[in-house]
Amino acid sequence: MAAIRHRLSTVKHKLLVLSGKGGVGKSTFTAHLAYGIAHDDTKQVAVLDVDICGPSIPRVMGLEGEQVHQSASGWSPVYVEDNLGVMSVGFLLGGPDEAVIWRGPKKNGLIKQFLRDVDWGDVDYLVVDTPPGTSDEHLSIVQYMKDSDVDGAIIITTPQEVSLQDVRKEINFCKKVSMRIIGVVENMSGFVCPKCKNTSEIFPPTTGGAEKMCQELQIPFLGRLPLDPRIGQCCDEGKSFLAEVPDSPAAQAFKEIIQKIEQQCNLPASKEEETGEMR
Amino acid sequence: MQTHKGDIYVPICRWVPVYADPEQRISVMSIGFLLGSPDEAVVWRGPKKNAMIKQFLSDVCWGALDYLIIDTPPGTSDEHITVVENLKKYSPDGAVLVTTPQAVAVGDVRRELTFCKKTGIPVVGVIENMSGFVCPHCTECTNIFSKGGGEALAEQFQVPFLGCIPLDPRLARTLEEGQSFIDLFKDSTAYHAVTSIVKTITERDTG
Repeated sequence: MAAIRHRLSTVKHKLLVLSGKGGVGKSTFTAHLAYGIAHDDTKQVAVLDVDICGPSIPRVMGLEGEQVHQSASGWSPVYVEDNLGVMSVGFLLGGPDEAVIWRGPKKNGLIKQFLRDVDWGDVDYLVVDTPPGTSDEHLSIVQYMKDSDVDGAIIITTPQEVSLQDVRKEINFCKKVSMRIIGVVENMSGFVCPKCKNTSEIFPPTTGGAEKMCQELQIPFLGRLPLDPRIGQCCDEGKSFLAEVPDSPAAQAFKEIIQKIEQQCNLPASKEEETGEMR
Repeated sequence: MQTHKGDIYVPICRWVPVYADPEQRISVMSIGFLLGSPDEAVVWRGPKKNAMIKQFLSDVCWGALDYLIIDTPPGTSDEHITVVENLKKYSPDGAVLVTTPQAVAVGDVRRELTFCKKTGIPVVGVIENMSGFVCPHCTECTNIFSKGGGEALAEQFQVPFLGCIPLDPRLARTLEEGQSFIDLFKDSTAYHAVTSIVKTITERDTG
């Protein structure tokens, strides 16, 4: 634990990206949050992928097939850009078909190693991608990082109640472990047909969507991201959607959300209490 | 008679499943029924989850069933290992793998296929879900999550491809509002896709 605290002492801001459900776009969001912050090349950004069984970050960030190198100072992250480094179990696997069939304790061991042995260097933002749910990986990351001042968690959801129900569980998890919630992002929020330009709600917000839930629970609502097929395409090709399609409504929405997150991270402590954030 | 006390088998039948339909042909068991409220988080590590799953498998009074379908979380971890370990002796028919079409999703499902191979679970087939969206305003089809990844995966691993199910907002809405998509939208492409897949699964030769 002391080793982890020491390792993370050079990391200024630490963010966890959570979701209740799988498939809501957590890894996509994590990658693009990192890309978005790293666009400012005076900032050093890192991504830690602790989705041990489903490590998507290497694919999403165009790093499939990369291997981890060890040096005297620890494991070196794999760099997407000079100021954007990544660590994932994906880099430790033999091939894309290799399955990580591990029970909790083994997963926890690897997470501890990642936190203790990766030499991030001086980092402004460390973004941690997690698997869906509230289990071993989440408990471990919270436990191992508890002495390292985590800024908070960002929760990703889609608009429909079935997804929001799981977000409420994530919110309760955060409460239980005293994790601040930076806010909730509603992903896949509406689709504009490229032909007729009409909007369809593919995942209907049957109970008012994430914004209403956030109002009820007094949690910051960070914004909505629309469905855009080019986002998925970019992720499949390992490219940044923000760089490829910067003028799209989705890219604009991403950038606004990223700005809000950076603002939340840089609030002085007294301001956090005023804005009603949970600690 | 040479019988002993130990010869009597007392079945443990602690839990009665919840019926989802008036005819009581579809019964359900879920940890969701055991929670104090729907917002309650189950913050359990592996061993506790494993114990719960074992209890579900041994202590629920299903009665005579034609099909037991087990919904799992994403991944290849405690839940999956425990279910497989406990079901293996009953020769499960196999696993149905659901993916969305894009490479990122397929990338995870190929690991699920490896899991099935390693644990000796037969693969019933792969379903490509959220495969295309037909705009209700102009009928233009957009492949929001790409197309074809599930089918290509099935071909690569030489397992059956069960079919594509398109995105249909009415499916999500009816599920959430407790209505029957099957009764309300019998003419929809999604309904036809689902029923065709069900037919393939139920009519397959299980040897």
